[in-house]
Amino acid sequence: MAEVLITLVKIIVIVFVFVLGVAGSMTLLGDRKQSARIQNRVGPNQAKFFGFSLLGFPHFIADGIKLVLKENIVPAQANKFLHTIAPALVFIPALIGWSVIPFMDHYCTGTVMTLPEHGYTEVCVDGEWKNYFSIMHMNSGVLFAFAIAAISVYGAAIAGWASNSKFSLLGGLRSSAQMISYEVAMGLSLAGALLIYGTLNINEMVRMQGNLLGDWLPMWGIVIQPLAFFLFLLAGLAETKRAPFDLPEGESEIVAGYLTEYTSMKFAMMQLAEYAATVFIAALVAVVFLGGWQMPWVYADGIRIFGNHWTPFGEEVWYYISIVLRIGAITFKILFLVWLQFMMRWTLPRFRYDQVMTLGWKILLPLSIANLFITAVIVTILA
Amino acid sequence: MEIANYMPLVLLAIMAVGVAGLIIGLATFFGPKNPTREKMMPYESGSDPIGTPHGMRFSIKFYLVAISFILFDLETIFVIPWTMTWRDSAALGHGLYSFGVISIFLAILTIGLVYEWSQGGLEWD
Repeated sequence: MAEVLITLVKIIVIVFVFVLGVAGSMTLLGDRKQSARIQNRVGPNQAKFFGFSLLGFPHFIADGIKLVLKENIVPAQANKFLHTIAPALVFIPALIGWSVIPFMDHYCTGTVMTLPEHGYTEVCVDGEWKNYFSIMHMNSGVLFAFAIAAISVYGAAIAGWASNSKFSLLGGLRSSAQMISYEVAMGLSLAGALLIYGTLNINEMVRMQGNLLGDWLPMWGIVIQPLAFFLFLLAGLAETKRAPFDLPEGESEIVAGYLTEYTSMKFAMMQLAEYAATVFIAALVAVVFLGGWQMPWVYADGIRIFGNHWTPFGEEVWYYISIVLRIGAITFKILFLVWLQFMMRWTLPRFRYDQVMTLGWKILLPLSIANLFITAVIVTILA
Repeated sequence: MEIANYMPLVLLAIMAVGVAGLIIGLATFFGPKNPTREKMMPYESGSDPIGTPHGMRFSIKFYLVAISFILFDLETIFVIPWTMTWRDSAALGHGLYSFGVISIFLAILTIGLVYEWSQGGLEWD
């Protein structure tokens, strides 16, 4: 029973507070306030909370209430059932994928020892690992995350088909074609990194990135697989249909794509799911390529650099400090990547559709195959 | 992994479905309901829609992309298990053999990609 309670707390904190909180505040800060700064506007500042505009935060609440009170319109001759479940099909996978993202290493009930001679592995002495910081410990976490993320293709395609509108149908087609194109490059660029880690378990992967090259350079994925990092980030951007890749919603051509016939909270849910997917891609990049919860030179039993070892405040207290630092590290990385995606979104102009397809099939795909092959050659030579 | 280990996933799935249902419920039960003919009309720049979208013709390229996706995603499905088992083969001293096999596999796929490219299967016009 205690286990179920802990799980519930983890789910609520990670998914409903962190993810939806970040996704919600991003609609405001990232998409409205930041875009306003970039375009030399003021942005939302009229809704006030006790006389303070608070960076436009009251607007977020006001918009939510407004969307709830709007009329829910299902177009005539649209498939009512599919039109209703399509937003859920986009929204649910965006939340379920978070079950495998670790926000910190497992909690050790004994003492943690770092072994610099074994690639800075951390072992738990006189105790056991307790999974308190990720919803679930899954041995094939990366595959699961991909499988779940891919389901949202159905949501977009069904939303486009069920709306009985030509613009929606075109948007649904475009979005599904774009998402499946970039999924190929995404999976193959990941394969190179997986070859080096040799595990599909995300937490194990992050643990391996705690290794220091020459006792000072953190062996994060971006260091050992720089090309794969860029390919993965680009493909991830295209996958979220944001940034310069928002062809499915290109309003100058097809109004709002598959969102054309959506109103009220169903529209809000689609939007929220897209923001949640943005955060999810950021989290995937962070755990696979940016060291996840690892903070450079900070280990559970002290600070280690150039072979020196220093434990401030004693072992017991430092363990808790390191937990806080590491949770802060992954949160910072996710927020940074989210911010990066928004900067790209508001700086770069939209691609043409043929350019999107050319980038996916003719540039990213050959590069990711080459990356995998070169990684295989290097790994074979080193072995 | 045991079945009981998947309990958090089931809990999360139930909660996600619950929240999604709640939001759709909010959309359906709150808010006014006074549909008019114009409001229920699918959007087509304000004029009456001509024909239905389901009889509409669209570019054949979308099918080609879908077929290419199936081929190359299958490739990923074959490659990822290889990345997992490579370490075991290398530990048994068959690392070079394993590498040779996957090289042939990747070469065949690269030839496929080059062929599709040269036949214009990746062009959008």
